[in-house]
Amino acid sequence: MRHLQKTTKSNFITYGIVILTAVIIQILSSAGAVSSLIGGLLVPLCAYMILAISLNLVVGILGDLSLGHAGFMCVGAFASAFFSKMTAGTMPDGLRFFFALLIGAAAAGLFGILIGIPVLRLRGDYLAIVTLAFGEIIKNVINVFFIGRDSSGLHFSMKDSVALNLDSTGEVIVNGPQGINGTPKDSTFLIGMFLLLIALIIILNLINSRAGRAIMSIRDDRIAAESIGINITKFKLMAFSISAALAGVAGVLYAHNLSSLVASPKSFGYNMSIMILVFVVLGGIGNIRGSLIAAFILTLLPEMLRGLSNYRMLIYAIVLILMMIFNWSKGGGRLKEMVAERLRGLRKPRTKEVK
Amino acid sequence: MALLEVKNLGISFGGLRAVNAFEVKIEKGQLYGLIGPNGAGKTTIFNLLTGVYKPTEGIIKLDGADITRKKAIEINKAGIARTFQNIRLFKNLSVLDNVKAGLHNNYSYSTIEGLLRLPRYFKVEKEMNEKAMELLKVFDLDKEAEYKASNLPYGKQRKLEIARALATEPKLLLLDEPAAGMNPNETEELMQTIKFVQKEFEMTILLIEHDMKLVSGICEEVTVLNFGEILCQGETKAVLNDPQVITAYLGE
Amino acid sequence: MSFLSYLINGVSLGSVYAIIALGYTMVYGIAKMLNFAHGDIIMVGGYAAFLAMVNAGLSPLIGVLVSIVVCTLLGVVIERIAYKPLRMAPPLAVLITAIGVSYFLQNLALLLFGADTKTFKSVISFKGISLAGGALQISGVTIVTIAACIVIVVGLSLFINKTRAGQAMLAVSEDRGAAQLMGINVNKTIALTFAIGSALAAIAGVLLCSAYPSLNPYTGAMPGIKAFVAAVFGGIGSVPGAMVGGILLGIIEILAKAYISSQLADAIVFAMLIIILLVKPTGIFGKKIQEKV
Repeated sequence: MRHLQKTTKSNFITYGIVILTAVIIQILSSAGAVSSLIGGLLVPLCAYMILAISLNLVVGILGDLSLGHAGFMCVGAFASAFFSKMTAGTMPDGLRFFFALLIGAAAAGLFGILIGIPVLRLRGDYLAIVTLAFGEIIKNVINVFFIGRDSSGLHFSMKDSVALNLDSTGEVIVNGPQGINGTPKDSTFLIGMFLLLIALIIILNLINSRAGRAIMSIRDDRIAAESIGINITKFKLMAFSISAALAGVAGVLYAHNLSSLVASPKSFGYNMSIMILVFVVLGGIGNIRGSLIAAFILTLLPEMLRGLSNYRMLIYAIVLILMMIFNWSKGGGRLKEMVAERLRGLRKPRTKEVK
Repeated sequence: MALLEVKNLGISFGGLRAVNAFEVKIEKGQLYGLIGPNGAGKTTIFNLLTGVYKPTEGIIKLDGADITRKKAIEINKAGIARTFQNIRLFKNLSVLDNVKAGLHNNYSYSTIEGLLRLPRYFKVEKEMNEKAMELLKVFDLDKEAEYKASNLPYGKQRKLEIARALATEPKLLLLDEPAAGMNPNETEELMQTIKFVQKEFEMTILLIEHDMKLVSGICEEVTVLNFGEILCQGETKAVLNDPQVITAYLGE
Repeated sequence: MSFLSYLINGVSLGSVYAIIALGYTMVYGIAKMLNFAHGDIIMVGGYAAFLAMVNAGLSPLIGVLVSIVVCTLLGVVIERIAYKPLRMAPPLAVLITAIGVSYFLQNLALLLFGADTKTFKSVISFKGISLAGGALQISGVTIVTIAACIVIVVGLSLFINKTRAGQAMLAVSEDRGAAQLMGINVNKTIALTFAIGSALAAIAGVLLCSAYPSLNPYTGAMPGIKAFVAAVFGGIGSVPGAMVGGILLGIIEILAKAYISSQLADAIVFAMLIIILLVKPTGIFGKKIQEKV
């Protein structure tokens, strides 16, 4: 089928772009051409790109809105960092990180299912606000956990680290608002890009399969999808939990890049969820490659234009509003036609010259 | 035994009685019409038959099996497929993918096989493409297979909806005003297509229609509905000449 | 006695949620959209009153009025600029726009007023009452908040049921197309709904800041979410539902804070929402909406 070949080709171009970017940046950085500022951003960049495409799976393919992807990321980060600290020294680093990834993804995916079951049956607005609430509240919950370990085993408290009653061999692993300290630094830029590639393959293969068609048909018309025997709940839940699990993977990557992991609004807050949404909206809703490019540019660009940083979030807000009005209002539609007309007008004379 | 057997079907919305004591028997292979003035409850009956609404009372039997109050997907799996009065296509999917979505339950591979692109994925996808193209060809849509569904002209959208419904391999096909918005030429062509589907797929078809030329041209039997109740039922020609029916349509 | 005092505080906090929830519920019912920015209008209301009273030295009553005027105008302007062009757009686009507006208000406030928390001066000078020989103290804010909530719910119900504009709102919420055919100005009706909802948000903002006197750009966000939970609890689209849902939620939150854990109180409220959505997604007073096929 020509159609099948076309999408396959387009997918491979996307994979190629990712691999090429990884190679170029890796060469630049080993040649010392990457500033330490940008260098420090590379692993988070991979995490953001994974988050952006996973959110696009929900927004563009499923047609629902999640404002809690920072929350899923937070769950993945803490579950995996806890595991890595517990098992540090008991197995090879690579194997431990592999398990950490699985655990982070599973934990976040589980929360996706828990939220998805009651909420995905309802109008899309509910999912937006429930995920927003989840993202804000999960941090409070993590901040009251204290877990320690000593010769007698694991200790748990919701009061403070003293209440853990650890003996002299004791070590606090999760320290309430101070979070987890000394997570092994397993994440590197190349591992991040590799995980991004895996996430991309999962999402693009999902879209171009029987399940993906089911998910998109639900997005386009729920009643018609039901009438041809598509199980609405199953496929909505599938898309949402895969997306949450991938956000968890981004969290694992993020957590294993930091020496101290804290569930603070700064690292896992609403601003993060909105930033990811901006990547998705700016790159084009439903356009996976677009999300990657938007995430890449918007992560690296503001660091180069430091002066804008105060206005960054305000600009994000305006971007969201303007993109929607431009794409969906009558006036925006006319404007879009005018721009398209102009572009055609620019292109035409050139072809004439060639002739 | 009749393929579809409906007994004493009724539904109320709040205090409003939308359908009352509806009964029908449709034999296998029959082309059956459901007609009546606007607001008579025709689409409501389709929604009851397909599980969109749950009836207040009554029994619906398909091929001997009780499907009353079953969920929409179960009813589709049991063998009823439908089109909608105000076309409900998957607008952003291609024409081909619309039909392939209809093949969802009959051509199956697991999500894991799809994600990992295992051999079964390629095999089943190929079969789906062939089957879908075959169906599109029946409706003369094969050249538009790559188009976005919303870019098709109106008449072709209606046909695509029928193709998508047929893809689920139903025993009974429900068509809700298939000729709405078509010009006489398109209607004529649609009549031929419906006849063809009946023969070629050995399909039982129940259709709602306002175009009397279409109804008298292809339906073997009809039921006339008025204010949610059966006004008249039987062989098409006799029913259409019934003075009661003429009054209901033209007024006193 | 402490239980009784918690209960009264719960009703008072719940009254604030109820007033906010009314705005959500009306806009949801009539414009068929979730106005994410509603919570942030509360915050704007708080700042408007704060600036009027502290910077301009006006009296608390004038401060409240300034706050109402500012929020009403803001609500109408937001509707006109951001939501009206999207009447025909898919719900997802409207939702994203509303989030953009909410984020815009938060960050504009951040730029204008800074991130530091301002101490709000209560607008209520009435000292409150002391019962049972001082064992039960009820503050002035608590009494005024509960009273305001009752007055607003009664007034709003009368407005909707007894006035032409109110009937127009009902008609638009029932069937926008049919209402238009009947000669109702749908755009005006929606604008009026936003105006009323935003005015209520201003009142809620002033009352909230008077009871919990800290004001920052994120003051409105959490109460906004909780009020939405309250609206869902009571049945979205229903005026009495918003009041009952709000008050129940306020009581649950205060009791959870008192008896379980103050840090987990929000999580408990959130768990409530999940349970409601599982058990009865239409809420206490909500009616099921049948989608047209």
